[in-house]
Amino acid sequence: MANIKLDDDSAVVVIGSGAGGGTLANELCQKGIKVVLLEAGKRESAASFQNNEWGSFGQISWLDKRTTSGSWRVSRDFSGLPAWICKTVGGSTTHWAGASLRIQEHEFRARTHYGDVAGANLLDWPLTLQDLEPYYAKAEDKMGVTRTNGIPGLPGNNNFKVMYAGAKKLGYKNCHTGRMAINSRNRDGRTHCRQLGFCFQGCKMDAKWSTMNAEIPKAEKTGNLDLRPSAHVLRVEHDKSGKVDAVVYVDSDGKQQQQKARVVCVAGNSIESPRLLLNSESSMYPNGLANSSGQVGRNYMRHMTGSLYATFDKPVHMWRGTTMAGIITDESRHDPARGFVGGYEMETLSIGLPFMAAFLDPGGWGRDFCRAMDNYANMAGMWLVGEDMPQEDNRITVHATEKDQHGMPVPNVHFTDHPNDVAMREHAFGRGRAIYEAAGANHVYPVPPYPSTHNLGTCRMSAKAEDGVVNQHGQAHEIDNLFVSDGSQFTTGAAENPTLTIVTLAIRQADYIAGQMAAKAI
Amino acid sequence: MKQTSVKVDSPVGVSRRQFLKTGSGVLMGTLAAASGVLATLAPSRSWALTLSAMSNVEGAKLLKVTRGIFPHDTLDDAVYALVVKDLDAAAAKDAGVASLLRDGLKQLDDLASGDWAGLDYLARENLVIKMAGTDFFEKIRGTSVVSLYNNEMAWAHFGYEGSSYEMGGYFDRGFQDLDWLPDPDADASPAKA
Repeated sequence: MANIKLDDDSAVVVIGSGAGGGTLANELCQKGIKVVLLEAGKRESAASFQNNEWGSFGQISWLDKRTTSGSWRVSRDFSGLPAWICKTVGGSTTHWAGASLRIQEHEFRARTHYGDVAGANLLDWPLTLQDLEPYYAKAEDKMGVTRTNGIPGLPGNNNFKVMYAGAKKLGYKNCHTGRMAINSRNRDGRTHCRQLGFCFQGCKMDAKWSTMNAEIPKAEKTGNLDLRPSAHVLRVEHDKSGKVDAVVYVDSDGKQQQQKARVVCVAGNSIESPRLLLNSESSMYPNGLANSSGQVGRNYMRHMTGSLYATFDKPVHMWRGTTMAGIITDESRHDPARGFVGGYEMETLSIGLPFMAAFLDPGGWGRDFCRAMDNYANMAGMWLVGEDMPQEDNRITVHATEKDQHGMPVPNVHFTDHPNDVAMREHAFGRGRAIYEAAGANHVYPVPPYPSTHNLGTCRMSAKAEDGVVNQHGQAHEIDNLFVSDGSQFTTGAAENPTLTIVTLAIRQADYIAGQMAAKAI
Repeated sequence: MKQTSVKVDSPVGVSRRQFLKTGSGVLMGTLAAASGVLATLAPSRSWALTLSAMSNVEGAKLLKVTRGIFPHDTLDDAVYALVVKDLDAAAAKDAGVASLLRDGLKQLDDLASGDWAGLDYLARENLVIKMAGTDFFEKIRGTSVVSLYNNEMAWAHFGYEGSSYEMGGYFDRGFQDLDWLPDPDADASPAKA
């Protein structure tokens, strides 16, 4: 492992070690570029992960103070927990379920295909599927995505059997065990899945790809990586010319440090990345870094989500095996005849008894609630995840008075569903209910959105500087050596789980940064 | 269900009979005969919970209130006692919580025009429901939603199997054992490695 001095201004500093930051760091290190990787959380491992929902939640979640506003139910039920994401080496790739789907061609050009949707701030991405295809291929190979590169699909569990039976009865054509970054065979030095059922809690087998178990160890082997866990970044600094030149963070001993930088890449997830840019305001950048467009923090997206749990007369034992064990992709098409633009995916989901109590009907109690819990062993579950509309006023701001443990303003997450989101959710609930009833359900429970796991869009890519924050390479429109490297870059949300695309963009961004550094442009 | 594989190590507060040490009350009970599942888990059929802030009578009432909010008819009192344990601990730490709980219990007696705890369980439940939305109700509901369902006795009762890593996951232990629906095509769900 490299030991890069604080006053060394030749390295790339990457903030955040999740899907974007962890991948970018490794890709740069493989090219011989020195990287300081700052991660706010601690370093865990397969050995230290827990098959215990609340225990793991306390171990790897981002639990720093946050506030919420807007009409979404999360703001009422989980007012201090807008997002269920991670603060640990590997970021939310420790927690993700592994679904790895490419964004569809039309979704990259949402404004063109969906038209002018009232109240939505739609924009085409400044790149196309064609631009990303070679990078998607690299990402799928890197992550060992099933059903790509000759890798077999995972065996379906009981929860999948229920979804599949219902899907077939309704005539759905595309229902299978998904494209998953979970080894169905031993691959890349990691074992195959043993169907533990705790994908969300950090995979104790290392069968599920994460930056913690794949990218970061590979980067460390190059000798170019200086990984600093428990390094919580407070702000990014710049020189007189306006270029960023240092990052200030609190280290594991609670001391403030300043790390000099040649290039800074922000990858703290779509809540922390804009918060950091906003908290880095200066006399030269009074609205925060890279924010002359006023778009930093805006267009926050979190996917149209919802879940359905259904009870049957006989046992399902849905918790046995992969958390996201199968998918129906038929509804992911754009078909305005359904009453909304964009589409959604239907993916099996299971949560354990402790989280079912917390999430089935947040705030719920009484006989109906108990009846559902009484039938937990006979329950099947699916998650509905679709494209939500970017809206300017759905945004991350920094709080005027509330401060975190380091004295920095906390982020406020404001979100209100767009009517298109509501129409899509209703449709998805209806289709999901039909699937479970076709499979013999005796009761179906629609479940409102959980705290957000897919946080997107708050530093979006745009062709024109006035429409967004970064260009098609994630490079800030107004600061050449400042990059955004996570899901904040997404111009629109698309229906697909975002991690594969975040990894893909990071691989592409690494090529670009290396080229720009070689050309001395940055 | 693999009941025998679920172990209760130091069964989370409800364990062997523990006689008075400190605190003002001891809540005691015996596992109901019906709850065969729990009987296999617990070291003893008798359980006791030492209280720090609440009295025996108050503890017993809080248990009944919890049953009223989360009425699982066949779930043993021993599991509900875990909620009382956490409420008692919160009351011991914060006098405000102690008075919130005591005042709530008094209000229930007022609603019952007498001894709320002496009513039959449906009558008790109906009065608890009237308290919905109060701080008292929310304190017990919010505590229960974690405490009632996040323990190995509850897992055994509801059939949830908890940690699987130690047993090699479900790869060879039933992740595909559902037999009341047809198996998916091999294209959709390939054979396991």
